[in-house]
Amino acid sequence: MTIREAALVLRDGSIFEGEAIGAQPPSGICSGEVVFNTTFTGYQEVISDPSYAGQIISFTTPHIGNYGTTSYDSEAKQVFARGVVVRDLSRRRSNWRSEGGLDHYLQSLNIGGIAGIDTRRLTRILRQSGSMTGAFGTAPESDLRRASQREAGTDGVNLVAQVTTPEMYQFGTGRFNVVAFDFGIKQTILRCLGDFATVRIVPAATSAEQVMKMSPHGVFLSNGPGDPESVAGVPETLRQLLQAGVPIFGICLGHQLLALALGGRTYKLPFGHHGANHPVRNTTTGAVEITSQNHNFCIDPASLVDVSDVTHTNLNDNTNEGMRVRDARCFSVQYHPEAGPGPHDSRYLFREFGDLMDSA
Amino acid sequence: MPRRNDLRSILVIGSGPIVIGQACEFDYSGTQACRVLRDEGYRVILANSNPATIMTDPDFADRTYIEPLTADVLQAIIDRERPDAVLPTLGGQTALNLAMQLYARGVVGVPGTPELIGANARAIATAEDREKFKEAMIEIGLAVPPSGVAHSVAEASEVIAVIGLPVIIRPAYILGGHGTGIAITMSQFIDMVSKGLAASPISEVLIERSIVGWKEYELEVMRDQADNCVVICSIENVDAMGVHTGDSITVAPALTLSDFEYQKMRDAAFACIRRVGVETGGSNVQFAVNPSTGEQVIIEMNPRVSRSSALASKATGFPIAKIAAKLAVGYTLDEIPNDITKKTPASFEPTIDYVVTKVPRWAFEKFPGTSGILGTQMQSVGEAMAIGRTFPESLQKALRSLENGRMGLNCDPAEEALALLSADELIASIATPTPDRLFQVGECLRRGITIDAIHSATHIDPWFIDQMQMIIEERSALAAIGFEAMTGASWRRAKRMGFADAQLAYLWKVPEELIRKTRIGAGVVPTYKTVDTCSAEFEAQTPYHYSTYEDESEVRPSLKPRVIILGSGPNRIGQGIEFDYCCVHASFALRDAGFETVMVNCNPETVSTDYDTSDRLYFEPLTVEDVMNVIEAETIAGGGSPRVIVSLGGQTPLKLSGSLPANLIAGTSAQSIDIAEDREKWSALCDRLGITQPPGGTALNVDEALLVAKRVGYPVLVRPSYVLGGRAMQIVHDDSHLKKAMLEMAVAGTLGREGGLSALRPVLVDRFLEDATEIDVDAIRDLVGEVLIGGVMEHVEEAGVHSGDSACAIPPQTLEPWAIEAVESYTKAIAGELDVRGLLNVQYALAANTIYVLEANPRASRTVPFVAKATGVPLAKIASRVMLGSTLAELRHEGLLKDPINNGHVAVKEAVLPFSRFPEVDTALGPEMRSTGEVMGIDRTFGRAFVKAETAAGTELPTSGMVFLTLNDRDKSSGLVIAKRLRELGLGIVATSGTAEYLQRFGYPVDRIVGKVSAANAGSADHSQTDAVELLKRGEITFVINTPSGRRTRTDGEAIRKAANIYRVSSVTTIKAALAAVQGLAEAHESPLEVRSLQEYHGR
Repeated sequence: MTIREAALVLRDGSIFEGEAIGAQPPSGICSGEVVFNTTFTGYQEVISDPSYAGQIISFTTPHIGNYGTTSYDSEAKQVFARGVVVRDLSRRRSNWRSEGGLDHYLQSLNIGGIAGIDTRRLTRILRQSGSMTGAFGTAPESDLRRASQREAGTDGVNLVAQVTTPEMYQFGTGRFNVVAFDFGIKQTILRCLGDFATVRIVPAATSAEQVMKMSPHGVFLSNGPGDPESVAGVPETLRQLLQAGVPIFGICLGHQLLALALGGRTYKLPFGHHGANHPVRNTTTGAVEITSQNHNFCIDPASLVDVSDVTHTNLNDNTNEGMRVRDARCFSVQYHPEAGPGPHDSRYLFREFGDLMDSA
Repeated sequence: MPRRNDLRSILVIGSGPIVIGQACEFDYSGTQACRVLRDEGYRVILANSNPATIMTDPDFADRTYIEPLTADVLQAIIDRERPDAVLPTLGGQTALNLAMQLYARGVVGVPGTPELIGANARAIATAEDREKFKEAMIEIGLAVPPSGVAHSVAEASEVIAVIGLPVIIRPAYILGGHGTGIAITMSQFIDMVSKGLAASPISEVLIERSIVGWKEYELEVMRDQADNCVVICSIENVDAMGVHTGDSITVAPALTLSDFEYQKMRDAAFACIRRVGVETGGSNVQFAVNPSTGEQVIIEMNPRVSRSSALASKATGFPIAKIAAKLAVGYTLDEIPNDITKKTPASFEPTIDYVVTKVPRWAFEKFPGTSGILGTQMQSVGEAMAIGRTFPESLQKALRSLENGRMGLNCDPAEEALALLSADELIASIATPTPDRLFQVGECLRRGITIDAIHSATHIDPWFIDQMQMIIEERSALAAIGFEAMTGASWRRAKRMGFADAQLAYLWKVPEELIRKTRIGAGVVPTYKTVDTCSAEFEAQTPYHYSTYEDESEVRPSLKPRVIILGSGPNRIGQGIEFDYCCVHASFALRDAGFETVMVNCNPETVSTDYDTSDRLYFEPLTVEDVMNVIEAETIAGGGSPRVIVSLGGQTPLKLSGSLPANLIAGTSAQSIDIAEDREKWSALCDRLGITQPPGGTALNVDEALLVAKRVGYPVLVRPSYVLGGRAMQIVHDDSHLKKAMLEMAVAGTLGREGGLSALRPVLVDRFLEDATEIDVDAIRDLVGEVLIGGVMEHVEEAGVHSGDSACAIPPQTLEPWAIEAVESYTKAIAGELDVRGLLNVQYALAANTIYVLEANPRASRTVPFVAKATGVPLAKIASRVMLGSTLAELRHEGLLKDPINNGHVAVKEAVLPFSRFPEVDTALGPEMRSTGEVMGIDRTFGRAFVKAETAAGTELPTSGMVFLTLNDRDKSSGLVIAKRLRELGLGIVATSGTAEYLQRFGYPVDRIVGKVSAANAGSADHSQTDAVELLKRGEITFVINTPSGRRTRTDGEAIRKAANIYRVSSVTTIKAALAAVQGLAEAHESPLEVRSLQEYHGR
């Protein structure tokens, strides 16, 4: 295999030298907002998670690709992330589940990446300076630097429109009838819901009226990429659904959009939470759940004190991780109870959603 | 839930002596626990028989009992101290088993007695009783290998009829897989079941379907009172199922598991800890995974802190033992801050951005007759851990950390031995797990043998083999490029694959110094990253570093004067926890004195590699390259050049002293160290001082050795220079033995691998002094020339038994005042002549009223911690201060140096030997050290202290039944005293004909006379006499006193000693030890057992 020399350049001018992996665009440049993820396992789930739309994902764990890829582990058919940064891409995979190598997977989905990088240095820069845009590829460093500065990032960009399903489809055959808003929904969420519900996945722009016409037992608000403030129209739809009294469960972007619908405020975290080891306190039971997380934006619970109760709090930085809407059958969490990748500590929330629908 | 206020005092049970399967890791965990509990305001009572531990330092507990770890002793301590709780989960299997014994006696864990905290009796029983465990796992839906339990051979036969061969046999309630084995044939099966039943304290074995070849994983799990569970670390064994995890090369994190499989395993581990009922603390759960189907089965769980949890703590920076202690007294994980980030809580799962590799270190070369094959029973004596950003880097660093003469995955002089093997031989040899297997795999790859072929032979996951293949490919690439054509990029690539400068020096035949210079000239120097539990997501407050070749280094600048302390590397026989004790004490003392201390070590089991022992920790191999790198990094960090301490970590750092900048070495100079090691210079020094040495000389070959022997007369003691622990040391009685010994050292033996012989490393040949008393002296000399005699120890066994294997007493018991004065004066003179700054250990022999000096070592000795505990003088702390320029007078003034305690008590150190692991080996003691650890007995008299030391070492002195006496001619007269005492104690005597005849001649009746074992074994017609082995087997003999004769073949005695070993009958093999034992038994007979804490002995 020939080595294609490549570089990663951050907006602040930091340069990392490495080699190109996966697909490379003819321009030799891939740009996006650079974030780091600290999970050991689940690189394929992470890469294929639509919530990473617009972002370049750097993995802190050095060996990536070691157990290969399998269709089961894809969170979406398409990859919306802009690229992958790794310390080492395994050239040989080894696992009974594996169907193909990661490099091949990236190429087949037309995703580029860069390997051989001091990803720890990158993490430290992002931790200190906050998320920033960057560009990588085989192009000259000066071109990459320009691209990193030209890159819009994710603030104020409606990425949901890029990732949502164009039309409704169905998943699962459970007894509940659930309508799921697709802001970038993950396959693992569908599997969790599909265990007990017949899920109709609808485009993000679906109106409350259209939803209610389907007479759902409950509405699910999915995860998704980017800045909640930029997802036009959805908060209004959610307000109407709240008024209609249908049970609602939201995850991640769904949680943030619900907060906006309730008149709350969201803000951007310095470098986000991306990993599978974040401790979250369930403030109802006091228990600590180790959670899977992937978000750059966060809700300000103070802006919601009149309408909702905090149910979950991040123990690392005390940011909000969940709420229950007062006088409504509606709750949501910031983190990923479905895992994929990550711990299964919070899967009980899907059961609670079932109970909520049962109590209706 | 906050701290429990209903508890005031807590008894912590330690793990006793270092044995195979239970090493320094429990000093690490126990030390952490004691610190935490005291910081929390509890009164801590500690019981541990091991004086070499840091935890038994009187500063770490309110009451420290260095007493034998038996249920009787613990009951006496409990009666005396009345603790509110007993914490048994940080002292290994020993503490757990003792807790169960105390529970069975109704002494703990039942109302009105101290509470068992950490794990209750029910949880311990569920985890430890294999049948209960299996039932519990099936109950919660977890798969276990099909198995059955048997309490007899008959029951075992029924089980095997259902399961079918091959099977693994595991005795219940054992540590380190002792007595465990794989049976493929029915006769192997019956044999292993019998041995397993004997090994198990409850005569129970588990027979289970063999899953040899499956992938093996461990999860380190913690749980708190609120039922919060977290995984601290996942560990993957590179060696598949079939090799004990303690003998496997392991990596963290797991590298060939997808998230799908990992989460399933995590769920299972939590279900397991909850079902077993470990309420608080850490547990280790082991899994096996079928590589072709992903089928997961649970193998076992340890409801306590373990060797793996020590590894996990060092691998992640998450202090499992410390947190376990806090959880045991009521805290929940979310109430405890993460020490490293300070800002985030302990209720999270560490994530790491590097690869950790642990490689075990074995000592088969010290146990001739052992197969050297690895199996389900642990045989390694130590381990090294390395951290790298990738597996190849981490693996090569780990291999050179072993200090086995290897610098990485081959590409060093030792690889040449592999070239002799054909491809077929290589493939055949890798199918058997041995300490050399990985190097053989490397050679296979170099020969182009496919990864698949290697995988089929070894069951090592192809991913790991491919990673090793990358190392091999890089080597070829480097060979092709050549030294002259190396660029910055190619240097960096090589270093990132973990290649040591020494490997490159070998590859290109270029001096290592030139490699270093050229590489640095090309701008390729290591960067130091931080172990921070969180992959840099949060800022780390703790400077715990490892080297790698990346863009950015994280060493913080500092202006404080710094001292680098070089540790002792992996535990091995001859160099273990004692040296870690010294390094840690130096760090503590120098921190207190205002220095910033920097520790360099690669042993994950130790206290020295705890991130808060020193101001900075570098987890690095102890090679010249790696140590120089740290020195340079610390120099760049500011504050002037650091000083380096090389004399506290045993032979490992001492060997480096000549290659490090002389001006940086604190304490005795490299030059003086050389004088003590170099035979000629040393002899000249002794001559100058007029101190007698046994006559001798040096030899580079057999002829020279024969000449020396002829000159001084047999018997002679032969030993290589620059080794520790009497490595390859032998007493030889004639020319033919001398030739054999020389040959072994030169080529055939493993010593060849350790460097062989050369003009720089000649063999020393000395007249062996028979029947001499050996004396050890530890002393400290300061820069103004004052010498502190720390302790004079008289050995129980005569000279010729390695000092590390022999018992010794403080104060001396039989030495006359003139002799003590003489050795003290000699020691002072030698210290002055060597210009020692710091510690000096001198060994003497007293024979026929002459004192001979045997050797002097201007470094910390194995006995430093024992002396400190016996006398109350913290020698290691004082020595480290002296090395940095303080005088003894100043330290006396400061209060660090106090007068030794002398209130009539006697302390006895006894060695603990690993023979039960190696049934093929002769247990007779000799000049090659073979003990893994030591214990201390302390009491009012020598006899009582000796009995305590023996009990603590696991030697069961007889109180009933018959004692078997078989003595060589020299010892027969002493045998009379022994026989008399045994009679007085009401014990019976069995003897071989010669010994019996002698005893009877002087009027001592013998109850039974037995025949020669060799004759009986050979199927002799003489059945009139029962074979001694038969009596041992039947349990009629309760103690064996067997002294081997020097000259004659030792077959007969050897058979008896081996049989005693196999049937677990304690034995002594020297007449002095036998005399001490009977004296002790007589004294112990007179009054009951008494326990007393070190603080009371020291009166402080």
